[in-house]
Amino acid sequence: MAYFFQQLLNALQLGSIYALIALGYTMVYGILTMINFAHGDLFMVGAFFCFLLAVYLKLSFVPTLLLSMLGVACLGVIIERLAYKPLRTAPRVSAIITALGVGLFLENFTLALSPYPKHIPPLLKNVTWTVGELSISSLQVLVIVLSLGLMLILDFVVWRTKAGMAMRAISWDKTIVPLMGVSVNKIISLTFAIGTGLGGAAGVLYSLAYPVIDPYMGIMVGWKAFICAVVGGIGNVRGAMIGGFILGAVEILVAAFFPSTYRDFVAFTLLLVLLILKPYGILGRPQPQKV
Amino acid sequence: MKKTIVGMVLLIVCALFAGGCSKDDASQIKIGLIAELTGDIPAVGASCKNAAEMAVAEVNAAGGIQLGDKKFKIKLIIEDNAGKADQSASAAQKLITQNKVVAIVGPNASRYALPAAEIAESGKVALITPWSTAPKATLNSRTGASKKYVFRACFIDPFQGGVVAKFTLDNLKSRKAAVLYDVASEYNKGIAEIFKAVYEQNGGKIVAFETYTTNDKDFSSQLTKIRQAAPEIIFLPNYYSEVPLQIQQAKRLGITAPFIGADAWGSEELLKLCGSDCEGYYFSTHYAADAAGETTRKFIADYRSRYSTTPDDVAALTYDSFGLLKQALATAGKNDRQAVRDALAGIPRYDGVTGIMQFREGSGDPVKSAVILKIRDGKFTWFANAKP
Repeated sequence: MAYFFQQLLNALQLGSIYALIALGYTMVYGILTMINFAHGDLFMVGAFFCFLLAVYLKLSFVPTLLLSMLGVACLGVIIERLAYKPLRTAPRVSAIITALGVGLFLENFTLALSPYPKHIPPLLKNVTWTVGELSISSLQVLVIVLSLGLMLILDFVVWRTKAGMAMRAISWDKTIVPLMGVSVNKIISLTFAIGTGLGGAAGVLYSLAYPVIDPYMGIMVGWKAFICAVVGGIGNVRGAMIGGFILGAVEILVAAFFPSTYRDFVAFTLLLVLLILKPYGILGRPQPQKV
Repeated sequence: MKKTIVGMVLLIVCALFAGGCSKDDASQIKIGLIAELTGDIPAVGASCKNAAEMAVAEVNAAGGIQLGDKKFKIKLIIEDNAGKADQSASAAQKLITQNKVVAIVGPNASRYALPAAEIAESGKVALITPWSTAPKATLNSRTGASKKYVFRACFIDPFQGGVVAKFTLDNLKSRKAAVLYDVASEYNKGIAEIFKAVYEQNGGKIVAFETYTTNDKDFSSQLTKIRQAAPEIIFLPNYYSEVPLQIQQAKRLGITAPFIGADAWGSEELLKLCGSDCEGYYFSTHYAADAAGETTRKFIADYRSRYSTTPDDVAALTYDSFGLLKQALATAGKNDRQAVRDALAGIPRYDGVTGIMQFREGSGDPVKSAVILKIRDGKFTWFANAKP
């Protein structure tokens, strides 16, 4: 039984990171009906910001986290302005190709600066508590609690504030909302800032939990987070969170009870079956209320 | 407008071709190098490139290699395989058809050496891989016999896996071991399976045999499973960029059993990425920088003065690969692919900086000893030798 709970804890840690990244995909899709494939690489940039701030400026955990989030959010807004805005009325496929291009640019730019994997120094002292047969590390608790906290704040912003209401309104109807006096550009920038900022936060948390980072780290994680967003119902914020935790749990628990070689095979078969049963994702609807 | 653009494109194409061929005079021996300069193991590529440039510079400083009645300088053509199997193959193709090299050194990791070796074999150009220990690299994929054009400067995994398994049993007195390895990578998979077989043959028990795939960062599920199996030692036959993550995550899960590794640990990068987490662990590798003989010490000193870092096993093996090639060129006496290949195959014994290599008739695999290193005070230190 302790074994099961230990694995559940592992699943929560992985799932909360997937969920944080999935939020970025889903928010951008909700507001622009565009898949920002550069998001996984923005997550990687977040991890590299964390490395730079922690190693060269010797900042402690909280300023590192906040500055990394801010840095990635600014980068996200700049990318939207320069790369995506000119294509807002172009076919969606062009925008997606542009996003892939931006992702490749970020990867290769980081690669050109230094191709070596980097080690993130421990920003916080790690304590491992033993409860019965369960090992709980303070890092695990931090990752889970912080991710959940950020998601709660986001949920509040989207559902309880004016800006959130504007986001939801734009995802309903892009042509009518400006007539109501809402600045669409500002709201889109804000959405990008929040979505990529969360990705940056995920990058920092990820690089604390898995402290070796490299320029390619965002590719696989990005794809998986994208799958989470789709499984949860793309465009739906709560769906992305649920999707993240589902994929985390499936990946960890499959490897826990089957030979680990079958992990991805079983995990993704399960997700496929889920999508066959619910083609729009768990919380998605054919005409869903997005972001 | 259109004409100008076409003209410019033509000009650029011409310039590229001209640039590629203009220096192509007959008094040069062209040797290709394929290295992992970018990708997931860039430290391996960097060591390989450094050692290669040093070996070539030494030859050229001495005036070149005597072929017949004339001395030829070596021209090194370096290709990056970006840590990808397909780019390794295309790099080999390019070196053979476009650059017309006489022989190729590299790639290093087995998963890249395998595709490049196939191209070299079919292109009839000798290829020496410094660091690829997977048996398949020098074997014909269809017949299982030895490849004719592929050689290596290192021992192979059936030997290395056996060395680690026996060391784990005899010196570390363990009877229950666990293995965590990358199932998608040729080298990791091969050595894990050999370790398992030898360990079990000699009275040990493998209590957990867990896998992951390349680029995974979360090993918590597999490590929790390993913790459950309570092994006395854990074997991680994985690359230096992943091992620190695995060890750190294991410690966080409360695993106290020690770890043991193989030659893919042997990069200085491992020490940087690990911090103090890898202290006291053992791994098998090709040579020990701190227990070196005369020629090896000279190599280490030269390398240090050039790059101000201690050469790792990849650097030493690359240097030996060039040593083999130098000898083969001198024996062949001409700048010809087939002659160089025949001369390489005819070398019975070579005293390199990584020790004595003995080649058997018709096989590109040298027989040589391994060393066991211990990580002590943040340094690789010699612990034991293992004879073939």
